[in-house]
Amino acid sequence: MFRHLRRPAAVVLGAAALVAAGTAQAQNEQFIPMNGYWVGPYAAGGSGIFGGFIDYINMVNARDGGINGVKLTYEKCETEYNNARGVECYERTKKMGPTGASLVMPLSTGITYSLIDKGAADHVPIVSIGYGRTDASDGRVFPWIFPLITNYWSQNTAKIKFIAAKEGGMDKLKGKKIVNLYHDSAYGKETIPVLDAQAKKYGFEVTHIPVAHPGNEQQAQWLQVRQIKPDWVILRGWGVMNPTALKAAARVGFPRTKMVGVWWSGAEEDVIPAGDAAKGFYAAAFNVSGSNYPVIREIEKFVYAKGKGEMEDRSRVGSIYYNRGVVFGIVATEAIRTAQAHYGKGKPMTGDQIRWGLEHLSIDDKDLKQLGATGFMQALKVSCTDHEGGGAVKFLQWDGKKWNTVTDWISSDQSLVRPMIEESAAKYAKEKGITPRDCSREG
Amino acid sequence: MFYREAGQFKSTYAEDQRLFPIRQDRIGMAVILAIAFLVLPIASSAPALRGVIDFNYWYNGVIIPFLIFSLAALGLNILTGYAGLLSLGTGAFMAVGAFAAYNFELRVPGIPMLASFILAGIVAAGVGLVFGLPSLRIKGFYLAVATLAAQFFVVWALTKFPWFSNYSTSGVIAAQKLVAFGYAFDSPVKRYLLVLVIVALMALAAKNMVRSSTGRAWMAVRDMDVAAEVIGIPMMRTKLLAFAVSSFYCGVAGALYAFAYLGNVEPQAFDLDLSFRILFMIIIGGVGSILGSFLGAAFIVVLPILLDIWATWFERTAGIAVPAGLVSNLTLIIFGALIVFFLAVEPLGLARLWQVAKDKLRLWPFPH
Repeated sequence: MFRHLRRPAAVVLGAAALVAAGTAQAQNEQFIPMNGYWVGPYAAGGSGIFGGFIDYINMVNARDGGINGVKLTYEKCETEYNNARGVECYERTKKMGPTGASLVMPLSTGITYSLIDKGAADHVPIVSIGYGRTDASDGRVFPWIFPLITNYWSQNTAKIKFIAAKEGGMDKLKGKKIVNLYHDSAYGKETIPVLDAQAKKYGFEVTHIPVAHPGNEQQAQWLQVRQIKPDWVILRGWGVMNPTALKAAARVGFPRTKMVGVWWSGAEEDVIPAGDAAKGFYAAAFNVSGSNYPVIREIEKFVYAKGKGEMEDRSRVGSIYYNRGVVFGIVATEAIRTAQAHYGKGKPMTGDQIRWGLEHLSIDDKDLKQLGATGFMQALKVSCTDHEGGGAVKFLQWDGKKWNTVTDWISSDQSLVRPMIEESAAKYAKEKGITPRDCSREG
Repeated sequence: MFYREAGQFKSTYAEDQRLFPIRQDRIGMAVILAIAFLVLPIASSAPALRGVIDFNYWYNGVIIPFLIFSLAALGLNILTGYAGLLSLGTGAFMAVGAFAAYNFELRVPGIPMLASFILAGIVAAGVGLVFGLPSLRIKGFYLAVATLAAQFFVVWALTKFPWFSNYSTSGVIAAQKLVAFGYAFDSPVKRYLLVLVIVALMALAAKNMVRSSTGRAWMAVRDMDVAAEVIGIPMMRTKLLAFAVSSFYCGVAGALYAFAYLGNVEPQAFDLDLSFRILFMIIIGGVGSILGSFLGAAFIVVLPILLDIWATWFERTAGIAVPAGLVSNLTLIIFGALIVFFLAVEPLGLARLWQVAKDKLRLWPFPH
């Protein structure tokens, strides 16, 4: 008779046991939830990035004993790149650790959108390095969201600058044809307005062609590209869409040296499956590949030498996705360090304090040298109004074996991007009834 | 011994026709409702328990999605379980409900939130009616393909026409705040209670519907539609009514999904994967049973989370690192195995197992 009560009772007892076990931990710790994905079509990106992130955290613990003595702890939660699972992982992990979750890096534009309101309500900063929500770069409307380093619109203007450089100057863009082949999702559609604005400004013609998720069927789209005969194709793909596009381009006869990818189509896992078809393909990046950097060497020395590394395949250390994860780790630890410098060294920081730390994060060339990341990532300066903080990208080219850096840091066109961001953020503020903060009043 | 109905006499037709004729069932149902409506909210506001159990997580991450998916599973069960019309378009109808509710809230100033949910359900019912028209000519798997068209078409339309998402750059809609009767439902407990009330009322309506002549007409169509037509059950009206009611339920579930659970949704969140998931819920829970919708939804929503929590606990206490992604893959394997198991051993699902258990309990401790 009480059988129908057994399941809820077991669930409640199990949860109570778990939470009781969880809170019986040391108090001088800083908890960072690792809500990522290690399965599914995007597992290569997720496992690489979170591998790098976790390895960096473990390296800081092993080499420095944490941040000013505060050890960093983490817990993995599988989101499967699914919004509902992402929300559930966030809810599960947001209260863990002595001060709750420090910050959440969902590695998914969709999950970031779902967490915008929740992060603000629960006082957990949501850090979306290199992805959406783009208009959250206006920190006055989105105090808890940090699309750090470069958002999609900035990198898109840098991409047009790169294409113009290849064509011989910004004025040579007039009359050229560019196709924007994008993944048909929130991520894919974000750059359509900024491309249209630049097309109007510089006089080139842009055609937007969507590819339905997951993107392993692109025959129709590439026939359309062949008809248009564009000068350049911007590949805004993710996961399996990328190698499929490169192979389709080879079949249709479109030169890969005229294709530029975003940083989510510019990793080894995106081009190796395409084989020879990928040679010559360009991609934007806010971090480079290679293990010849002091920070990677430190990770190998303090983590892998002791057999505690995350990557089962050692050759992935130093790949684009892995290094990106290391960048995530650097940003997270430096934000915590900045918060501690202000609120008290050697104490675990709360979500509010880390938000302050993120908003006042500044990594200059001197800091990069100390971190061992010179040339690895760009300098960063975040402020209340500017939650992006960077805005420059490098361009890489695949030669069949590795990604070679072919440009220096190309900055974005903030004169075009920033007004669009502020307009979009103001529209969101009006829709939701938010009063933007007055940054001149805050510390 | 506990479940015997000896001594329970029904002296009026009303008593004979009640939803739960056996007193023990009524007591059990009252206990469940008391726990859901009273005990949980009171416990979650008790300061002593709040430190031990993270109620907000359980509301936000487990119980609210369980209720919302039960409602969607209920809708699909009415269509596939009771009327026998196989449908793979559940996700699409949920998407219609979510976007319709968002647009009503946005474009009709001062509309009450519950009214926009009901209107969203009606819009979803309309869309369901249109895509249900092929059911008058085709059956079974062929009808499933027609509903598949609904699934793809609706998601495509919501993506392609920016009007639906109010011209947002990424196609993501931000659901408005939940305010009904001047009362803001902003905390997890309040959202839980709102969703619980809606789901309980709609489940009651569904239970009554399937016990009425409408429900019997649906079951006749499911069992042998030629015979049903011969004895005078109107095919078009019955089948289209099934589509309309089912889509209404899925539409309201979709609106709740956007407003009370996620807060921000894009059309891709309602893809074919979601439709299959709800289909699995009713297969495992029990096709053609109201209780089965709830059991199946509990299974599919709660089991992966429990497995994940168990794996983390196991990792922490045993000190063995569980390879990342193992638990997700394990969940998929377990689900696949369970679907095969249920279709082979007990095609009628968990609800049937419960019914068998009840029958045995009525005799226990006697063997017959």
